[in-house]
Amino acid sequence: MAEKVLMKGNEALGEAALRAGCRHFFGYPITPQTELSAYLSKKMPKCGGTFLQAESELAAINMVLGAGATGVRAMTSSSSPGISLKSEGISYIAGSDVPCVIINVQRGGPGLGSIQPSQADYWQATKATGHGDFQIFVLAPSTVQEMADFVALAFDTAEKYRVPAMILSDGMMGQMMEPVSFPEETEITQHDKSWAACGHNNARPHNIVNSLYIEAKDLEKTVIERYERYEKIKANEQRAESYMTEDAEVVIVAYGASSRVSRSAVDMARAEGIKAGLVRPITLWPFPVDAIEKTVANAKQFLAVEMSMGQMVDDVKLVVNGRKPVSFFGRTGGIIPTPAEVLGEIKKLAGKEA
Amino acid sequence: MAVVFEKPHALTDVPFHYCPGCTHGIVHRLVAEAIDELGIEGRAVGVASVGCSVFSYNYFSCDMVQSPHGRAQAVATGIKRAQPQDIVFTYQGDGDLAAIGTCETVHAATRGENITVIFINNAIYGMTGGQMAPTSLPGQVTQTTPYGRDVKTAGYPIRMCEMLSTLDGVALAQRVTVDNVKHVNEAKKAIKKAFENQINGLGYSIVEVVSTCPTNWGLAPADAIKWLQDNMLPYYPLGVYKDITASEGGAKA
Amino acid sequence: MARITIKEDSCKGCEMCVNACPKQLLRLNRDKINAKGYHPAMMTDQSACIGCKSCAIMCPDVCITVEK
Repeated sequence: MAEKVLMKGNEALGEAALRAGCRHFFGYPITPQTELSAYLSKKMPKCGGTFLQAESELAAINMVLGAGATGVRAMTSSSSPGISLKSEGISYIAGSDVPCVIINVQRGGPGLGSIQPSQADYWQATKATGHGDFQIFVLAPSTVQEMADFVALAFDTAEKYRVPAMILSDGMMGQMMEPVSFPEETEITQHDKSWAACGHNNARPHNIVNSLYIEAKDLEKTVIERYERYEKIKANEQRAESYMTEDAEVVIVAYGASSRVSRSAVDMARAEGIKAGLVRPITLWPFPVDAIEKTVANAKQFLAVEMSMGQMVDDVKLVVNGRKPVSFFGRTGGIIPTPAEVLGEIKKLAGKEA
Repeated sequence: MAVVFEKPHALTDVPFHYCPGCTHGIVHRLVAEAIDELGIEGRAVGVASVGCSVFSYNYFSCDMVQSPHGRAQAVATGIKRAQPQDIVFTYQGDGDLAAIGTCETVHAATRGENITVIFINNAIYGMTGGQMAPTSLPGQVTQTTPYGRDVKTAGYPIRMCEMLSTLDGVALAQRVTVDNVKHVNEAKKAIKKAFENQINGLGYSIVEVVSTCPTNWGLAPADAIKWLQDNMLPYYPLGVYKDITASEGGAKA
Repeated sequence: MARITIKEDSCKGCEMCVNACPKQLLRLNRDKINAKGYHPAMMTDQSACIGCKSCAIMCPDVCITVEK
């Protein structure tokens, strides 16, 4: 590892994209992801890459579809309202089995909402990024270092399984500065690109990158094949960090910015003799079922902490499946909960019997 | 005897699904002939748009990408930027290019995106069964203008070549038709030029082909040709609206 | 001396070739129905064909090959 440098999360995403071999970025300005576009607009021309400020998020995501369809590593970034616009393209990209990386630096919603940090796009990212039967691979960084580390992982996973990958960040992660280090060399795994539509050079039959199946049975077969890949992703790619969960009786589940707050709250609870722990999902889809499952036997209470009105809590409940109570605490609209607030919730739960 | 006319190599053997007399087939052939003559099939990538011509991905022998409705030129931009050596073209109808995709069209044009755009203007939505298109004529009866297009409420048709010709990024904006042999041959020249411009790195080239839709116009193929001549050509005059390769003052052919 | 070959199975009987032939040598074959259910176009007098390609140029289904 090289020496550490102080960087904003958004800039770390940009630098990591370059190091992961991404040379094609298509974006549209929106707060709070702006620094990422600005960073790549400076760097891309210096390395022979494409930085293109599109006329809209719709255009940007479809430029990603076009570039990705030829087999290159293409990326776009936006924030919540912009991701809604990109959702059409993401559905087509998923339906065309084109790998790509999409960054969402979340802000408050719905509508124009606020420009402060939020986690209210969890459902959108993990359940309904667009129309139709499909999933995307979703990573949730909680440090600027992870912002940097996850870009290569996102591209690699996207290419390995031919799915779109999203880094679901938020305005706090994007704007904050932390020391970050990049590896001397980012390993870029070469995946099969024989499907790419990049010109057949008169050497093979034509490739068609397509999401249309006029026969229902053909579409069903294609979707089922895709879901078999999703099962492999669920089996192989779940990631989570567990903190003080071995003997935890109050298990917090939180990701991204809210996991940082929750971690402080766990420390404060432990200092007061409460056996609290934290499971931090790193992949939001696939949801880290296995990591949560390990805590169920010992836990008396679960608490999902989110910067939303409660979205991921549904997935926690699906894992716990009624065996233990699952509560929720969150702030929304761009408000970040404080450790003291979360501690208050832990204390309430610790006082209850399971 | 020698073969003097046959199906071009850049068309596959898949039969067209188009209705009898639909001029999509003629334009497909012209695009394929241009690809053959320029020897670019191996590095051509086509973008199929949403509408009747979506299945063009089955008909052209080059690599093909299917785009969401209206986004063909954004997709083409992504392909071209990623593979600058490729020859990238879109094949779009009027709904795709001039309604839902107007923004992508105007911005690809003004960026001078080095792509070739084939635009089929038949004044109607074909695939969905004959609704008003952005190019439907004033008074034209369609499924969604059953009393005729009333410009007071439904607005006026859009003339894309004229509009795009004002943009600095455009190398060629030309309107042609395929109602007779002479016009088909002229259309062929325009389409070939639109590809040559891309090979020469000149920027955005669009060829608008005034076309028929016999089925949704409710006319026999020969009557549809007559309707095109009598109604569409007066509103959409044929000609070269911009050609940066032409000498000064030689704009309108 | 010229000859046209019509791929009858691809023909949709639209008559674009019939209307394009300057010698009026083409018509639909009312005695035949192809797999698509259309009366395909037919050449009535091959010896009179001048090989001008007009029929092939106007055929939307690229069914016609011309030899000369």
